[in-house]
Amino acid sequence: MYENMLSYLKSFSSWIILAAIAALLPLMFDSYFALTLLSKMGVLVMFTVAYNMLLGQGGMLSFGHAIYFGFAGYVSVHVLNGIGSEILPYFPIVLFPIIGAIVGASLGCIIGYLSTRRAGTAFAMISLGFCEMATAFTLIFVVFFNGEDGIQTDRVVGPEPIGVSFGPQIEVYYLILFWTLLTVVLMYLITKTPFGRMSNAVRDNPERAAFIGYNVRHVRWIAFTLSAMFAGAAGSLHAINYEHIGFESVSIVQSGQVLFMAFIGGVGHFLGPVIGAIGLTYLDSVLLDITEAWLFYLGVTFSVIVAFAPGGLAGLIVMHGPIARTNKSLLLGLIKPYLTAIGSTLLGVIGTIGIIEMLYFRSLISRGEGEVVIFWYEFNANGFLSWLVFSFLIIAGIYLCRKTYPKARESWDHAISVVKSEISS
Amino acid sequence: MDVILFTIFNGVLYGMLLFMLSSGLTLIFGMMGVLNFAHASFFMLGAYFAYQISEFVGFYPALIIAPLVIAFLGALVEKYGLRRVHKFGHVAELLFTFGLFYIIEEIVQMIWGKVPVGYHVPLSMDFSLFTLMGMSYPAYQMFVLTVSVAIFVGLFTVLTKTRAGLIIKAALTHPEIVSSLGHNVPKVFMMVFGLGCALAGLAGVLAGNTLGTEPAMALMLGPIVFVVIVVGGLGSLKGALVASLLIGLMQTFAISLDYSLNDLIEFIGFSLDAESLWRILVDLTIATLAPVLPYLLLVVMLIARPRGLFGTRDV
Repeated sequence: MYENMLSYLKSFSSWIILAAIAALLPLMFDSYFALTLLSKMGVLVMFTVAYNMLLGQGGMLSFGHAIYFGFAGYVSVHVLNGIGSEILPYFPIVLFPIIGAIVGASLGCIIGYLSTRRAGTAFAMISLGFCEMATAFTLIFVVFFNGEDGIQTDRVVGPEPIGVSFGPQIEVYYLILFWTLLTVVLMYLITKTPFGRMSNAVRDNPERAAFIGYNVRHVRWIAFTLSAMFAGAAGSLHAINYEHIGFESVSIVQSGQVLFMAFIGGVGHFLGPVIGAIGLTYLDSVLLDITEAWLFYLGVTFSVIVAFAPGGLAGLIVMHGPIARTNKSLLLGLIKPYLTAIGSTLLGVIGTIGIIEMLYFRSLISRGEGEVVIFWYEFNANGFLSWLVFSFLIIAGIYLCRKTYPKARESWDHAISVVKSEISS
Repeated sequence: MDVILFTIFNGVLYGMLLFMLSSGLTLIFGMMGVLNFAHASFFMLGAYFAYQISEFVGFYPALIIAPLVIAFLGALVEKYGLRRVHKFGHVAELLFTFGLFYIIEEIVQMIWGKVPVGYHVPLSMDFSLFTLMGMSYPAYQMFVLTVSVAIFVGLFTVLTKTRAGLIIKAALTHPEIVSSLGHNVPKVFMMVFGLGCALAGLAGVLAGNTLGTEPAMALMLGPIVFVVIVVGGLGSLKGALVASLLIGLMQTFAISLDYSLNDLIEFIGFSLDAESLWRILVDLTIATLAPVLPYLLLVVMLIARPRGLFGTRDV
């Protein structure tokens, strides 16, 4: 019995460590900016993992997953306001994600029924149609959605059990952390159930799944509803976190954001979306003030990942799992070719960023001056020399990449073949 | 009567514009299974290129040059982007074009800024062609209508009467056999992709000056084009035409109809309490509901007839 418990704990140890780190983070970063950023990360981790239930686990690419996120947020805000003006009876804030989950699940149940007949591109197209319809609705039904302004709310309502009012951001952070951990673990466990496996089977080979007697559409429909449910719970937390909800959280912009996060992080691995959500949220909040072209870089990164590393960042990491497990010295041998490849990529990237920033700078004539700050250094956007330098960097980067990438690839191939022969022998 | 005629004219105009956009997309989709999310971005690029070219050499050369440049760009995207992604499946191709959509929008903002550019109707056509029952019909819009009808007729003739059309249609359904007959199917794909993008670009050239040339125009029309394809039936040119006209007419008529459900209720002889929540719902006029209508049509179509009007397989 004790042994059993121990092995059980061990399989969860990495989860517990992650949870502990997340719980201790506010002690290190206690500024208001850091706390809002951490809260936002929590909400988006939850949303992205929920989204990946659909995209990664179920093979359904949705452009409209923000519907459940946003609508759940709207309903939560209305309930909060209702409690605030004493129209509705008190409902504990802690349990608000359940309201969101119910909203998300009911909407997902209806829309899922209509759109899960086929997966693939047809499904994606229909999801986009629903997304546009939802956005149009939020702008038309002003009474409920309040048009482009969205709705404000105040999360400090009702009694304060054990002195927690959820007024301070830190209390909201722990609320979000609690729900994020709970739902992410739940979603992880779902992937381990027979249903989760069936969902994977339907993703990989629907004909075969249908042939052995499963109703493919049914499996997709359940996956869709579950995913919408978790997205709804995240939407509820989003509304509580910002005390505001607007039409953009229903729109294609929000759906695209979650798609970027999931795919750049890596849809093939359960933790990929977590990496993507945390990384992109951080970059988003930091770079948005620095560069105008943030969305451009995001789009390019996304397209490059789609074309060259469809497993995302998690896929690149997982690629080295077998090597790390069998022969650690091989992993050390990979460092040098990787570093040269990364270095030459960086050259090209710096050059591209320089050119892009100067182009953007020139299109914003209002700033007047010819000096543009790129990488903490001033460049003359109209000077011939700065264009020359950055163009040179791009060309050098491309040239070096063509040399170093095949080498990196070769050494990985070599390492993996050694691992294979070691395993078989 | 005069209003109805004028609305029909505008509806057909908008419908033909949608057709030029969606015909290329439906061909690409039917042929390669690639859903090009960035299709409307090429439409936007068409408008911007036309603006830039007409600044230098005038509108008429731009009408020819801009679509050609777009065709070239589209072919490049197919050859160096989509073909690489092809091995990962159709969803990866769609994702790639989704990224491209963002990239093009940002590039456009980078070069031409975030505010609309001054792309105007050419002066030589900025007059009223004729007046019918009190409504004047602008010459430029008649020109657009003529060009789009000509495009439709030309496209249909090429696809049904010529050898090239035969190969394209064969490659739509049986790419392996066409390839084993000695035709270069990837090259056919590339050319069809370029052609589709050029059609979208041409639509941009023609419509950019009346709709307004701004970075948001791709996102404005993109989703409606998807609705056209689903409603018309995936890969069907005829379906694309009928669905485009249907949606074009529906949209323009809906905007001009300032009636609500409440008017009907009052017409029958009932009246609702002005304070009740129902009042809010029934007070919505058809005109305010206009943006939702295409998507409503999409949902109805999915329930009632998932293969679309002229499609051969279910969505």
